[in-house]
Amino acid sequence: MTFYEIVRFALRGLSANKLRSALTMLGILIGVAAVILLVAVGNGSAKAISDRIEALGTNTITVMSTGRGGSTSTAITKEMADALADPVLAPDVRSVSPVVSAAATVTYEGTDHDVNSFVGTTPGWFTASNTPVGRGAAFTADDEAQGRRVVVIGSTVAEELFPGVDPIDQQVTVGGALFTVVGVLDEKSSTGFQDANDTAIAPLTAVRQVLTGYGSLTSILVEAAAPDQVDAVQSQVSAILNQKMSVADGSTTTPYRIQNASQLLETQTETADTFTTLLGAVAAISLLVGGIGITNIMLVTVTERTREIGIRKALGAPRRTILTQFLIEATLLSVLGGALGVAAALIGSSFEIVGVKPVIVPSSVGLALGVSIAIGLFFGGLPAGRAARLRPIDALRYE
Amino acid sequence: MSRPVLDVRDLKKIYGEGEATVHALRGVSLTVERGDYVAIMGSSGSGKSTLMNILGALDVPSSGAYLLDGVDVSRLADRQLALARNRLIGFIFQAFNLIPRTSAVANVELPLAYAGVKPRERRRRAMAALDLVGLADRARHEPNQLSGGQQQRVAVARALVTEPALLLADEPTGNLDTRSTEDVLTVFDELNAAGRTIVLITHEPEVGDRTKRLIRLVDGRIVHDARQAPVTV
Repeated sequence: MTFYEIVRFALRGLSANKLRSALTMLGILIGVAAVILLVAVGNGSAKAISDRIEALGTNTITVMSTGRGGSTSTAITKEMADALADPVLAPDVRSVSPVVSAAATVTYEGTDHDVNSFVGTTPGWFTASNTPVGRGAAFTADDEAQGRRVVVIGSTVAEELFPGVDPIDQQVTVGGALFTVVGVLDEKSSTGFQDANDTAIAPLTAVRQVLTGYGSLTSILVEAAAPDQVDAVQSQVSAILNQKMSVADGSTTTPYRIQNASQLLETQTETADTFTTLLGAVAAISLLVGGIGITNIMLVTVTERTREIGIRKALGAPRRTILTQFLIEATLLSVLGGALGVAAALIGSSFEIVGVKPVIVPSSVGLALGVSIAIGLFFGGLPAGRAARLRPIDALRYE
Repeated sequence: MSRPVLDVRDLKKIYGEGEATVHALRGVSLTVERGDYVAIMGSSGSGKSTLMNILGALDVPSSGAYLLDGVDVSRLADRQLALARNRLIGFIFQAFNLIPRTSAVANVELPLAYAGVKPRERRRRAMAALDLVGLADRARHEPNQLSGGQQQRVAVARALVTEPALLLADEPTGNLDTRSTEDVLTVFDELNAAGRTIVLITHEPEVGDRTKRLIRLVDGRIVHDARQAPVTV
């Protein structure tokens, strides 16, 4: 009997029991699809978190004062910021942006809007903080040097003050002075409770003149040349600041604080990894449950067909032929069910699930498919092999 | 005289161990010539089904020799045993034992498929066998669409499609009404008239009366062996 004919026998066996075959495949399908989708959702949410953090800028550090303001010994000044832009002492620094920030009320034609953070800085800040300008343009270094009163507003501010009006080139009043809107920021995803889009950016000189005065800076944003040089930049910056603020060597307290975005990213990535592991565990359990389901159906199938195996043996079927037929049936069911499961997972992953866009992990596809097929083959083949070894009379009497 | 189709010597079959030991066969010796038509009768527990299963190579004896068409079946490995079941024996069960959800003709083709016959030749011979039992028009029907008698006739067609040396029937009419019994026995009569060797088990005296030789089994031994008609080949 040729292999081709055994395959035809197997196909006939499957089509003779359509419902059972369909249910077996459904079991495998659900098992495989559940595992792939769960891991994809975990992976997707991890990606979403790291994307949000990356939006903050990963290759920057922020220098802030620990003092409560006023005291000159803890204040961060413009001079310090200038000192940080030193190619000899701090070779890994790409740009330094001094930042002042205050809450301010912006008025346009009688409409008031309270901006959470009205920021004064230098043009380098836009790239360093990963805040691209959507419409219009950022202000230039020349604007900053001349103290021109221009402002780039966040999308929330634009919506509040200019509903249905193009804000570019309109004039707004801030702290009694007129500012010209030159650009609108791209919408940014918010990381915390604060609306990251409720902001306005203006040249440092103009903001100091109008709003904050010439005192200390709020912070200094330092951009490293590359993400992996952030740590080097941090130590270079501390060295310069220690000297400037005359901190004694070995002193454990400094009058400034350095916030490192890559550290934040690391923490968040770890959190996301934990999340993925958790979902992986859930997936493993569903794979196990799915596997037991497959095992169950395969065992029932073979037990039910032991009589048939007895009849076939009585008619002179050699053991190998019977075993091959049942193995092919099990293979077809597992492979077809598994493939359909992968297809279902791929289709499912194109939809958002509980607000997360799933991202398929290729290895989870291989794992889910491999485990289900292995279980299907093993628990389809093993009892079939046992039944094929029985004497025909025992197989026929099998209940 | 040609060699016997069936030659059984001092066959014993013991089930279980210790106190639960059951002696199903206590030394049965029997020869069946080509073209004979033998009925084995006996009450339940007399060992006739056990004997039949051993004759059909579905079970193995505890001791004794069994020569089927000159071949010692008790010494065969699984592979040769499968071959012997396929080529030498046609077995008919009381419960028909057709493969469910599979058409009559596909059921009849099955032994030929295992014998390695080509599909076209297979189909032709299966149809010829179905024609012989008068069911050529039901070839496409599945077992559950056929009456008991028809199912048993499909089983008979399946048993004789490989043209085996021996047809064995384990209470072939046990589950059938009078009419169907008559149908099946008519087929047997015709087959025997055409030269087939048939051994069957039965409860019913009227079935036994139609055969050429009647054997009675009591407690695993042959107690009566009578010729009712001469063997004509």
